[in-house]
Amino acid sequence: MLRFFSRRLLGAIVILLVISAVTFFLFYAIPRDPAMLACGKNCTPDALEVIRKNMGIDKPVPVQYWEFMSGIVTGRDFAQGSCPAPCFGYSFASSDPVWDTILDRFPTTVSLSLGGAVVFLTIGLGAGMIAAWKRGTLADKVFSTASLVLSSMQIYFVGPLVMALLVFNLGLLDQPKYVPLSEDPAGWFMGLLIPWMVIQIIFTANYTRLSRSSMIEQLAEDHVRTARAKGMSGKFVFFRYAWRGSLIPIVTIFGVDLGSLLGGAMITEWTFSLPGLGKLAVESVEQTDLPMVMGVMLFSATFIVLFNVLVDAAYAFIDPRVRLA
Amino acid sequence: MNTLTKEADVPAPRDAGASGAFLSVRDLYVHFDTEGGTVKAVDGLSFDLERGRTLGIVGESGSGKSVTNLSILGLHNPRKTAVSGEILLDGQELTGAREKTLESLRGNKMAMIFQDPLTALSPYYTVGRQISEPYRKHTGASKREAHLRAIEMLDKVGIPNAKLRVNDYPHQFSGGMRQRAMIAMALVCNPDLLIADEPTTALDVTVQAQILDLLKDLQQEFGSAIIFITHDLGVIANVADDILVMYGGRAVERGSVKEVLRQPRHPYTWGLLTSMPRLTGDVNEELVPIKGTPPSLLAPPPGCPFNPRCEYVNHVAGDHSCTADRPVLPPGRGAACHLTAEQKQTFFTEQIKPRLG
Repeated sequence: MLRFFSRRLLGAIVILLVISAVTFFLFYAIPRDPAMLACGKNCTPDALEVIRKNMGIDKPVPVQYWEFMSGIVTGRDFAQGSCPAPCFGYSFASSDPVWDTILDRFPTTVSLSLGGAVVFLTIGLGAGMIAAWKRGTLADKVFSTASLVLSSMQIYFVGPLVMALLVFNLGLLDQPKYVPLSEDPAGWFMGLLIPWMVIQIIFTANYTRLSRSSMIEQLAEDHVRTARAKGMSGKFVFFRYAWRGSLIPIVTIFGVDLGSLLGGAMITEWTFSLPGLGKLAVESVEQTDLPMVMGVMLFSATFIVLFNVLVDAAYAFIDPRVRLA
Repeated sequence: MNTLTKEADVPAPRDAGASGAFLSVRDLYVHFDTEGGTVKAVDGLSFDLERGRTLGIVGESGSGKSVTNLSILGLHNPRKTAVSGEILLDGQELTGAREKTLESLRGNKMAMIFQDPLTALSPYYTVGRQISEPYRKHTGASKREAHLRAIEMLDKVGIPNAKLRVNDYPHQFSGGMRQRAMIAMALVCNPDLLIADEPTTALDVTVQAQILDLLKDLQQEFGSAIIFITHDLGVIANVADDILVMYGGRAVERGSVKEVLRQPRHPYTWGLLTSMPRLTGDVNEELVPIKGTPPSLLAPPPGCPFNPRCEYVNHVAGDHSCTADRPVLPPGRGAACHLTAEQKQTFFTEQIKPRLG
């Protein structure tokens, strides 16, 4: 178990290093000069030089990369002040510390993704299992068709429609907004209700189909028939024997989905103007804000890598044949 | 304790139909609806089985052996399967019985051992848990009692160190041990009827012999009736009292082991016996397979299902008996064949017996 985690941790660090290098060097492939943007209309070559120096982009790219990466571990000193580890530098656009900005935006993303995940897991697995249980009946056909239609939907299409209906026409809810859970639990819930409902639509459909098909596959297993042959009830066999095995593909997909959601649900956050990591990522790319892009990128990638390790660990809990080594 | 509960739960055996047998199957038809049409997997099958006896069912793949037994347990999907006829277990009608009734009988009064113990045991739960589950359900025993019972059963089927191994998962068992665990699971409630569906096919020969001995010992102890499905005549000769030869969803020959193996009366049985290699035979002697392939159960041949593969069709009196009339299997010892008794005797002594050595 310990060996498993230490080995996977090492692998994760390598992956993150590769991602950081690729992001960093790709950034300089963009034909846009962040210093030029910051310098404004009446820019003189001298002023530009000062800004370059302040931003730290006057040095060769590999040196910059080294300084940036070592700053994450040791912290760095800037003209704006010292930046303790983990230091991702200061935003080119807002001059705020990157790490603080990320920590500030993260709760929004966590609320959005975890809430959404609860909704799509519950509805998706539930509908999938009902469809598998009632295979071939009307209920199955309704769920299967609905999931096919819903999985072809897009958030930026459904989102505004739902808002138009619930907010502007019926006036049932306010416009989505993020209120910290600690400040106002009810406001937090009501503010995120529409984003949760919308974000789950595409996911629910996938989970419905996945859980249905893997349940049906499991129900055809020999050991499920054995369980029935020894007199266990249909329900017992369904939930104890078939369900357990059907979890493996679901856990796999869920780990990937949740990891990438926590790294920022860009489209959803953009659609509802929620100040999360996804929105931050899009903004910082638009503003050619290198430190922010790097920070968000590494932060998101960490979640994806982390959840991949967790998925592998989860296999061992579901299936005793899998041993972590 | 187990026996006490059972006596309380199950009414005393009534008169089991006309035959009075413990298990009586009459005119069983099992048809599956598929996209290609109706598959007549079992097509009018009748047989009886007494307590303490072992009935061997032999036949090629697709002859309806397994389907018959799954329908005794009521394990077919009722939406896709039409089962008709009578299955009387200890006087109780099983065809069309309610699912709840069948559930209370399965694993309790009738149990099944499957062919491949690796896939037939759940990989997710310990062997002990899988054995104790039916015991708890059928006897109402506590978790602890059931656990002890599982250890007792594993011990009985010859798993060394049962106390420890009870907590193992099936993948930690060897193939032979898994089949023993499977048998322990089937016998945990002392079933009166045990159906063994090719229980030794997936095992090597030495383990196979151990498992067969184990089954025989357990039958002596519990007095269960056993249906033993196999396509291995050597195994049948070892364990069975009676034999039912199946072909194309029907029984084609029936009799005691000695009768069927020594004096077979059906051309299909002859084919089965002559296609077996003999230990004492010449190494260079070629095996004689039955020509052709088993019939399609979607559109079985008219008359005798074996007629397209039968070498004796031309010897049958009357022009088209074999392709027109379905031969009847008489009750008791007999074969469903249009050849006359004398013809069968002659062909067997002159052509078949010499090849059997």
